[in-house]
Amino acid sequence: MRAIYILWLRQLKRYVRSRSRIVGSLGQPLLFMVALGFGFGPVFAKAGNGNYIEFLIPGIISMSVLFTALFSGVEVIWDKQFGFLKETLVAPISRLQIMIGRTLGGATVATLQGTIVFLISLLVGFRPIGWWGLPGAWGIMFLMALLFTALGTAIASVLEDMQGFQLIMNFLVMPLFFLSGALFPLNGVPPALAAVAAADPVSYGIDGMRVLLTGSAHFGIVTDLLILVTITAILTTIGSYLFSRIQI
Amino acid sequence: MAEMVEVANLVKKFKELVAVDGVSFTVGEGEVFAFLGPNGAGKSTTIKMLTTLLSPTSGSIKIDGFEVADHQDEVRKKFGIVFQDPSLDDELTAFENLEFHAEIYGVAREVYRPRIEELLKFVELTERRDDQVKTFSGGMKRRLEIARGLLHHPRIFFLDEPTQGLDPQTRNRLWEYILDLNKKEGITIFFTTHYMEEAEKVARQVAVIDRGKIAAHGTAEELKKLTEKDSLEEAFLQLTGKSIRDEEVSGADRMRQHHALWRR
Repeated sequence: MRAIYILWLRQLKRYVRSRSRIVGSLGQPLLFMVALGFGFGPVFAKAGNGNYIEFLIPGIISMSVLFTALFSGVEVIWDKQFGFLKETLVAPISRLQIMIGRTLGGATVATLQGTIVFLISLLVGFRPIGWWGLPGAWGIMFLMALLFTALGTAIASVLEDMQGFQLIMNFLVMPLFFLSGALFPLNGVPPALAAVAAADPVSYGIDGMRVLLTGSAHFGIVTDLLILVTITAILTTIGSYLFSRIQI
Repeated sequence: MAEMVEVANLVKKFKELVAVDGVSFTVGEGEVFAFLGPNGAGKSTTIKMLTTLLSPTSGSIKIDGFEVADHQDEVRKKFGIVFQDPSLDDELTAFENLEFHAEIYGVAREVYRPRIEELLKFVELTERRDDQVKTFSGGMKRRLEIARGLLHHPRIFFLDEPTQGLDPQTRNRLWEYILDLNKKEGITIFFTTHYMEEAEKVARQVAVIDRGKIAAHGTAEELKKLTEKDSLEEAFLQLTGKSIRDEEVSGADRMRQHHALWRR
């Protein structure tokens, strides 16, 4: 337990200390909110879909969680390259403990980031339908954060250096975000796109948050939770397995 | 004298490459032991196996009487290590790096608090206690790593090229700390180095490994006598040949990397 706690604490300290990273990573969601939210707002309203900002915010929060969590996981590569991983690997603790500590830490950091984006969205004019939905929305954020930290760790465990990083960004992170229901409603999109969105775990996180923050649903909260929990369990298992096989 | 390290018929194969080829040696308790060899000779691979980072293809390793393969965590508590490359978290402070280490080694808080202060004083970093490691020089990082490796009271201390890239002043200081420790706490020292004068000066036992096999083992005097040379450096060259191993190393490394890349 102490080992898991100190590993978790380390992730948190690293996050809090990288102020430039925090500020930098808040610029993008803010830009999305302002440019897309206010830019497409009028068209969205004319098409009879209601308030676009309200629709967009859960998507933007999920984006921050997705990015931050995945990169927290991928940080394993840095630790490999800068040697710190060895320090943990020769310690009298199991690989599973290391994986759990890191993943919880990464997920906590991503949830914090999501929370900050939520607070910014309040400044832009977003209002959740009720405060009762917030704890649930937080829970979904954390679940997504766990899922993508585990995914990041799994990827980082098989990559040797940062060269594959651009690849991950272009072929995994961006599609996960853009092909989910983050930016557009999934009702009435072409079937192929609908199928892709249905296979994208981000879609369910966003949907769950929409239910709790704005009251609208596409898949429904039960489906959202079921799928998120299942995928998180699978990815954590795969991530732990791949992490346990890292050889330095 | 009891044996701290007992290695018998140790073999490590990376596919077709035999990195360590039937190595056997022992290191007595309280010994200062130099493990020498040209690049790619199998030094690092052997150290990785001794410190549980790699599992051997075959053979046995005992540390302080414990079989490494069967008692991984007991063994891990017995040794401290300073890796060849820095392995500190640059974002954390000196104290936090030490605290992290103590926590993952399960050292009790009331034990490690004073121990950390004592070790920081020992490596002369007390004033820099709360500075982030990224502001440290190479020598300071090394000293901090030494302090960290000693935090959980290990019985044996592995140092993989601890003085590489350091100026002679820092190098001398470092050896003072290490030998002081060996004398006061009776910690067994197991180190590698490419500086032969250094090995000749501090090591009481020397083993030379080449092409995955032990080429010679004994005191520096014995090795000099064996090869009929005047210095350990000449003896080393006599034992391992004068050809430069760069080519071979990069070849082996490339294979290892290639192997690592496609293994999963």
